[in-house]
Amino acid sequence: MFTIFGVPSAALFGQLLLGLINGSFYAILSLGLAVIFGLLNIINFTHGAQYMMGAFVAWMSLTYLGIGYWWALLLAPIVVGAFGVLLERVLIRRLYDLDHLYGLLLTFGLALIIQGLFRNQYGVSGLPYGIPRELTGGQNLGFMFLPNYRGWVIVASLIVCLFTWFVIETTKLGAYLRAATENPTLVQAFGVNVPLLITLTYGFGVGLAALAGVLAAPIYSVNPNMGADLIIVVFAVVVIGGMGSILGSVITGFGLGLVEGLTKVFYPEASATVIFVIMVLVLLVKPAGLFGRTA
Amino acid sequence: MLESATAPVSARHAAAPGKAPLLAVRDLEAWYGESHVLHGVTFDVGEGEVVTLLGRNGAGKTTTLKSIIGIMGRRKGSIAYDGTETIGLASRNIARLGIGYVPEERGIFASLSVYENLTLPPQIKPGGMPVDQIYELFPNLKERSGSQGTKLSGGEQQMLAIGRILRTGAKLLLLDEPTEGLAPVIVQQIGRTIERLKSEGYTIILVEQNFRFAQTVADRHYVVEQGRVIDMIPNAELDANIDKLHGYLGV
Repeated sequence: MFTIFGVPSAALFGQLLLGLINGSFYAILSLGLAVIFGLLNIINFTHGAQYMMGAFVAWMSLTYLGIGYWWALLLAPIVVGAFGVLLERVLIRRLYDLDHLYGLLLTFGLALIIQGLFRNQYGVSGLPYGIPRELTGGQNLGFMFLPNYRGWVIVASLIVCLFTWFVIETTKLGAYLRAATENPTLVQAFGVNVPLLITLTYGFGVGLAALAGVLAAPIYSVNPNMGADLIIVVFAVVVIGGMGSILGSVITGFGLGLVEGLTKVFYPEASATVIFVIMVLVLLVKPAGLFGRTA
Repeated sequence: MLESATAPVSARHAAAPGKAPLLAVRDLEAWYGESHVLHGVTFDVGEGEVVTLLGRNGAGKTTTLKSIIGIMGRRKGSIAYDGTETIGLASRNIARLGIGYVPEERGIFASLSVYENLTLPPQIKPGGMPVDQIYELFPNLKERSGSQGTKLSGGEQQMLAIGRILRTGAKLLLLDEPTEGLAPVIVQQIGRTIERLKSEGYTIILVEQNFRFAQTVADRHYVVEQGRVIDMIPNAELDANIDKLHGYLGV
């Protein structure tokens, strides 16, 4: 065992790993928010609740239907994504011509309602969800111990983020999305069904939140408030990365997770606030965010 | 409201007699929010024709094109394309009838490469121009196909904006001031392109401020003033009517 700046290396690497795990969730969640904000111009405050719903769909499918973790990874994004599609079609769609503030109020209200319903039904003490059998145990890396499941979360989130980035940057569908983000009227005037594209984009962003929820279920307890606690930090991540920037949200997500982990080692008192301090500094120096384009 | 405005010369709004026009616009009104900008635009465009909408700034030329493609919020009246009434359709469905639109600001997407911009509009009808042929028409686009769309020069962006709707199979092209702010040599190239498209059977509506350019490519000219079409001048009679036209355009 050795020390770095007077900190035992195991503690340092342990916190860095924890930072990377948190960063994985920040990245997936802020990516979804960025995609939604880019095309819909709506700040999706329901995102935290949809993340929580993803974890609950995993828990319910296991508890009531005996469907395990791997199927839940597929099922939860589809179920919660479909719920998102419904929300967009029935409610959010009506707000596109209005000020941003209305979308914010609507999605915030929806989040409170959803979380309230789940609290009523399941309480706030949290429900256990086990690590899938294939991913129990861990690896001794020499300098630290890496639980298999945590390694999997980091890898899975990197894959999801890279895949999303790849689809948006290189495919035809991604080109429609990028073009419609810039000028939806013109894309529509070319014969593209932009309202459908918007609905699917919202469903996809919500599906990403649900996927993050399933990944989180074995790490944090499945709890109606799990999203509300996380989403405030994720909004700070989005603001730091730059509203609507895809790559920015991914890099910022992982980066801030690490910064938070390091702060826990060297100055634990500030670990809960460091991201917000960074947000204030970034807003002072670069109001559009680190990767944002100034309008 | 404008009693002094010239009465519409309806007899002169028709395309070639005896043949149904490809596009028939009747009593078209349109609004930007609360402001009423078109007050009953009426004109026809025959298949294979190149017609221009001439008029001063703010006369309603751009609004007329936007109304045809369906991106004005509120419209009434009638716009029939190839016999189909489009006034109640969403713009995506109007485009799918076979209409291609080049906006005044060109609408090149910054987050797309030149190639992605070129291939973005979906093919809506068979018989669109293959990408190779578009590159032959505008060789600059081929050289710069990997560049960011908005890194092109103004002239290249205009070529891209025209090129991308040729791929789609659209047969009616709406071009909003394609020569605006371009160098004379580029204006000539755009002019040659329009002539070639006309010879291939495309129907084109051209919004122009520059009637000298319009004269080189168009069959007929509609004069738009205060949200109405107030006159039609066949291209052959343009020189004979030059004083009248100067009066309309205030040049």
